[in-house]
This record gives sequence, structure tokens and C-alpha cells, in this order.
Amino acid sequence: MSAPMSHAARDLAASRARGAHTSMFLRMLVRAAVLRRGRAVSALFAMVVAAAAATAMLNLYVDVQAKLRREFRNYGANIILVGKDGASLPADTLAHVDSVLAGRGIAAPFGLVVARTSDGQPIVVAGTDFERVRQLDRWWSVSSWLEITTSGAKDATRVGHPALIGVRALPTVAPKNQAFDLSFQGRTLHVTPAGTVQTGAAEDSRIYISLDEFVTWTGVQPSTIEVAASGSPEEVASIMNQLTQAIPEGDVRPVRQIMEGEARVLGKTRATLLAAASLIILTAALCVLSTLMGWVFDRRRDFAIMKALGASGRLLNGFFAAEAAILGATGALIGFLVGIGIAAWIGRVNFHAPVVPRLSVLPVVLAGSMAVTLLSAILPISLLRRVQPAVILRGE
Amino acid sequence: MFVRLVYESFRRQQRRKLLAGTAITLGVTVATAMIAVATDIGDKINRELRTIGANLVVTPQEDSLDVEIGGVNLKPPTDGAFLDEADLPKIKGIFWHNNITGFAPMLPVNTALEQGGKRLDVTLLGTYFAKSVSFGTDQFTTGVRSTYPWWKVSGAWPKDSSRDVLLGERLAARLGDEPEDQITIAGRQLRVAGILSTGGAEDDEVVAPLAVAQEIMGRPGAVKRVYVSALTKPEDAFARRDPKSLSGAIYDRWYCTPYPQAIALQLTEAMSHSHSEQIRQVSQNEGAVLTRIEGLIFLITLAALFASALAVSAAMATTIFERRAEVGLMKALGAGKLAVASIFFAEATLLALIGGLAGFVLGSGLAHQIGHSIFNSDISIPPVLLPVILVIAVIVTFAGSAAAIRRAVGLDPVFALRGEL
Repeated sequence: MSAPMSHAARDLAASRARGAHTSMFLRMLVRAAVLRRGRAVSALFAMVVAAAAATAMLNLYVDVQAKLRREFRNYGANIILVGKDGASLPADTLAHVDSVLAGRGIAAPFGLVVARTSDGQPIVVAGTDFERVRQLDRWWSVSSWLEITTSGAKDATRVGHPALIGVRALPTVAPKNQAFDLSFQGRTLHVTPAGTVQTGAAEDSRIYISLDEFVTWTGVQPSTIEVAASGSPEEVASIMNQLTQAIPEGDVRPVRQIMEGEARVLGKTRATLLAAASLIILTAALCVLSTLMGWVFDRRRDFAIMKALGASGRLLNGFFAAEAAILGATGALIGFLVGIGIAAWIGRVNFHAPVVPRLSVLPVVLAGSMAVTLLSAILPISLLRRVQPAVILRGE
Repeated sequence: MFVRLVYESFRRQQRRKLLAGTAITLGVTVATAMIAVATDIGDKINRELRTIGANLVVTPQEDSLDVEIGGVNLKPPTDGAFLDEADLPKIKGIFWHNNITGFAPMLPVNTALEQGGKRLDVTLLGTYFAKSVSFGTDQFTTGVRSTYPWWKVSGAWPKDSSRDVLLGERLAARLGDEPEDQITIAGRQLRVAGILSTGGAEDDEVVAPLAVAQEIMGRPGAVKRVYVSALTKPEDAFARRDPKSLSGAIYDRWYCTPYPQAIALQLTEAMSHSHSEQIRQVSQNEGAVLTRIEGLIFLITLAALFASALAVSAAMATTIFERRAEVGLMKALGAGKLAVASIFFAEATLLALIGGLAGFVLGSGLAHQIGHSIFNSDISIPPVLLPVILVIAVIVTFAGSAAAIRRAVGLDPVFALRGEL
């Protein structure tokens, strides 16, 4: 080709050369993986395991707080709303609280008075919404929720008002589980025991009736609303702020032991999880590093031949780097899927709720995997670069 | 000859041995640390959960009904039965005394506070702040400072032997009082050591040493209630069985398990005329939280063990694969498969033992580190873990080498020596 080439012809030749170059590059990459299937597969396997471990741990780390917070909500209220100086709250307070919460928790109203039994014994009678209490105070050991929540006020006139009797109050007011009378400011209420409640605390000495009956009987509005707000400490604090603004008549107090205990346990668990996660990810990364370095080191012959055939240092670096990057990316993607599966399984087994897969973890895992694979390819290559191809090919 | 081969292999191939040894050490380090953390996490989290407050309460057996709203007792305080303060140290004498992290006696007294000619009805709560109690040769300090860590005091905590009191913050706000002021309660001059903030009913009360409350009430040695904080095992179906219906060995097993019910029963036995019960809000829920966290750490420990086993296997496979020329030479010189394999296995065992030992030491250190930085307390490592860890290390190293060794001895020496594989 001595004749001067036209522009078009030169471009064509150049693109062909480039095309051949690219296709050769691709072919080398593919053949390298296909011919040494065993080692490539074991390297990929190590990568998948590492990426899966990293994904699962990161997902769990992000999700475990939400999961454990839900467990802590079983402790009941973390906010208490009381009337200022022991006064009753306005009748629409519960509706206000519900609108502030908007599904971010649950609230239960309590009205309390001291009534007298027929023989003049003082006893605390509480009015509450049993459906709400059942969800809020799960630790209440109630002999039969069914009776108290389903028996409406309609048949109350016939058999008396159903009530939950605290286990310590029971021997005093209804030793034979019979119906009895309570009086408050001259008005009497005929009460039938519908079951017992046991908590080990003040509730054991009280009698619980439904809030509607309580208000009709005593004319007293509830004075306490217990609120179990869900979410992070910041969210709970903002709910408290909104409650303070929405209900000026009330005094909003945090239940400090619950909040502090929750924060402490969550913090320690997360710290332990973080320590465990870093250990696991480190081990997995080292496993990838050693496998991959072995693989690359094993191919020093390929490396030497390429170099002997005139491949430039840049091309060689590029070749091994591309290989490593592809391995890292493939491993990360498969590992991500596997890891999400593991996290979901742990969530189901341990928390009885799946761990929501977080796509935000993917870039982190992808970048980490590629960094590890690149590192484990570059290290042996930079060692080999200093060696003459002839020495390697002679097997020394 | 065999010993010499193994010895020379270690002496001459230090780089490879170092690589494999490092992998084993690292794997065993992670395994040891995770196992130690997993076995101890229940106890650690249990202690953290104690910050939520007491989980057991002891009351007088023939106690009359409480008439109490929002922490204010509406009954004459002299009513009802009392516990004896002299019985309190016996709490530390029960079977599970090591699981009792603290207790606080309570004696509420309805009294009047006089200030500037005004009379204010208040509840004075007598308790231990941080009292030193001894049972037998045991000395321990207990009181609200350990059972109720969320109680905050601005000023100073009073001494249990003093006549100083704490003023609840809402009560203090009503009085407009400053710490170090004197208050007059039931005709007695008491010094205010600090302002107490609890977020609960105590904010409206005066909290005083138990002896002061007993004096005002005129009943020395009286205690109304004792709140006990105990490390318990999550309740299961067996725990809920009625101890009276259990017989012999089954009863012993029930009694000797730190269920809330079993500890409550032992407390009832220890204190005369008492009845103790679990505070369900605390004891029921901590079981659930504890189970979740323990389960989580257990599953993660499994993952850590798996990852470290894999790392060890991968390192072993790599080092053995690199030595196929050596295998070829041995075989060409007439060594049988068994001879070659036994050399490799002997080397692997040696490596596993050395790496396992180093890893155990490092892992123990790591576990201590985790314990101190996260929980501010030591993580105990049972010595029995060492042989277990070593056996696991040897098995994992064997398993990791087995495939590589099988492939290495199966090679044709000619190809192996030419390096064509």
C-alpha cells in the first residue's frame, strides 16, 4: 500500500484495525474464562459469596433498627398525655391525638376515679377503650379479651356492665365471680366480671370498664392518654411537639425508661452488628483477594506470551483490569441477589417480617467488589511486570 | 524422611506457608470472636434491658388493695401490711442471687410540706439510693441509682444515712425552690440535696432515704414494696406451668432455671409474708427483644463461620495448586498417592493447629475489644472453646485442602513437571 490512501480508505482501515483490536480483546477475555473454567468459576464463586455476605449484612444493618423498634413498641406507650394538674382532658382529645399520629402509632385513653364497693371499700375504677388497650398494652394478661370486646352495651342492662377485674381486686369485690355494685357520687353501676387482668403493676388492683359506660356513669372525661408512637427518636420527638401544640390543655411527657432503654439496646445491637459485618466483609474480601491473586499468578505464562508477542504494558494492564472488573461486576450482581435472599430469609426466620431489599446497597457492593477484584489483579501484575518474559516462560 | 519432608517444606516455602497460615489465623480469629460474642450477647443485652427498670416486685402477702392514681396513694398510709427491711439482704441469698442486678425498697408516706405558711399535701417516697447491704460475706451496693438509671438528679444524690432529700422537678417548680434549701416536712427540717427528674410520678414527690420515711410514718423497718431487677431467661411454655403441679426432677429443673416465675417464687420464699410477681410490661417484652437479638447474632455468627471456612479453604486450595510440580516430582520418584496425600495432610494439620492457636488468641483479644468498646464489660471466653476451635480449624483446613490434594495427586507427573496444566 504505497499509493496515498484516500481519507475514506484510511478511516476504514483504522476502524477495521480498531475493530479487530476490540474483537481480539474480547475474544481473549472470553477464552481466558472458558478455557480455565474451574479457576474462573472458583474465583467467581468467591466473589459471589463475598458480595452476598456484604449485601446481606448491609441490608440487615439498615433494617434491623426498624425491626427492633417494632419489638420495642410492645413495651407500650412511650408518650403519656395527661391533663394539666390532674384535670380531665376535653372529650375530643383522642380524636386530636389520632389525627396527629395519622397511623404512626396507637393511643389509648384512660379515665380513673375512686369508687366504692357496696361495703364501702374504696377501689379505683378505670374506663378505657379495650380494643386499643389490647393493641397498646400487649403484656396485659387478660383471661378473655373476646368477652370484654364483643359484649356490647346493648345487653348490659340485662346482665350488668361487663368489666375486667384486676387479679388483686377480684377477691375483694367478687370472690365468687358474681355481679356486684359500684357507687360513685351517689350513682351506682351494676357490674358483671367478664374476665381478669394481670400485669404485676397498679392495674391489678383496678376494675376496668368501657370508656362510654365510664363517662355516662361518672361524667368524668379521660385524664390520661397513653401513646405508643413508632419511628426513630427524632420522629417520636416531632410527634411529641405536634401533640403539645394540638392539645394545649394537656401535658405531654415522654416515658423516659422506655425511650432510653430502647435507644441503648438498639445502639448496642447495631454496634455489635457493625463489628460482625465488618469482620465478615473483611474475611470475604480477603478470600476473594487470595483466590484471585492465585488465579492471576497462575496465568503468568499467558502474561509472558502476550508480553513476548509485543503487547504493551498498558494493554496488559487493561486486559487484566477489564477481566477483574467484569468478574467483580458479575459477582457483585449475582451476590447482590443472593444476599437479598439471605437477608429476607433472616428477616423471616428471626423477625417474622421480610427485610426490605434496598437498592441503595447495590452501588456500594458493586464498587467494593470491583475495587477488591482490581486490587487483586493489579498486585500480581505489577510484580510480574518487573520479570522478563523469558524467565517466566522457562518456568523459573 | 516424612518428618524431614514436612519440616523442609515449612522451612523453605515460608511465603506460601505464611499465606495459608495467615488465612487460617484470620478465619479462626473471626470465628472465635463471633462465637464469643454470640454466646455472651444474651447476657449483655439482658443487662442493657435492665435499664428499662425492675422486672419483679415484692409486696406484702396480705396487702390490701392499692387505691392509687397517677402515683398518688389515696388511702391512709398506715393501712395494710408491710415487709420487713431486715429481710431485704436475703434477696441476695436466693438460688439465683447472681442474677439479681439490684433492688430498691419503696415506702410511700402521705404527708404535708410546709413552706412560707402554706401547707401542701405531698407523697414522700422512702427508698435506697445506693445503699451498701451485706449478706453473709457478700457486700453489694443497691438502690434506685442502679435499678432506675433514667432518674436524673441536678445537684447531688443524697446519702442513704443522711437526712437529705430529693425534690421532684414538678413539685420543685410549684414551690419555686432551689437546691440546698431547707424544706419542712411533717415538722422536720430536711435539706434538699438535688432536684429529681424521672418523667414519672416521682416528679411530683419528695424522695428521701428509707429511714427518714420510716421515721415520719412511725414504723421503723417497714417497707411497702421492693422492686427487683433480675436477669431472666425468656419465658417459654415450660415456664408457665404451675410449679405446684410439677414433680421431683421436673420441679427442680423449673426452679433452677432463671425464669421470671422461678425467681419470683424464690423471692417469695426468701422474704417472710411476702408475695412477688413479675412486672409483665418489663419481663414479658424483654424476652421477645432478647430472643430477636440473640437469634440475629446467632445467624450472623453462622455466616461469619461460613465466610471464614471459605477463606481458609480458598487459601489452602491456592497454595496446594501452586505446588503441583512438587507433586509431580514426588510421583516421578515413585511416591504413591497415599504418601503424597499424607504429607499434604500433615502439613495442613500443622498449619491448622498453629494458625488456630494464633487465631484463638487474636480472636479472644478481639472479643475483649468488642466487649469493652460496645458494652463496657468483659466478654468471657470459655476455655472449652479452644479445643472446639482447633478441631474446627483442622476440619475446615482438611476440607479446604482435600479437593486440591486429590486433584494434585491425580495429575500425570509428566504434565505436572512440564507445567502444562
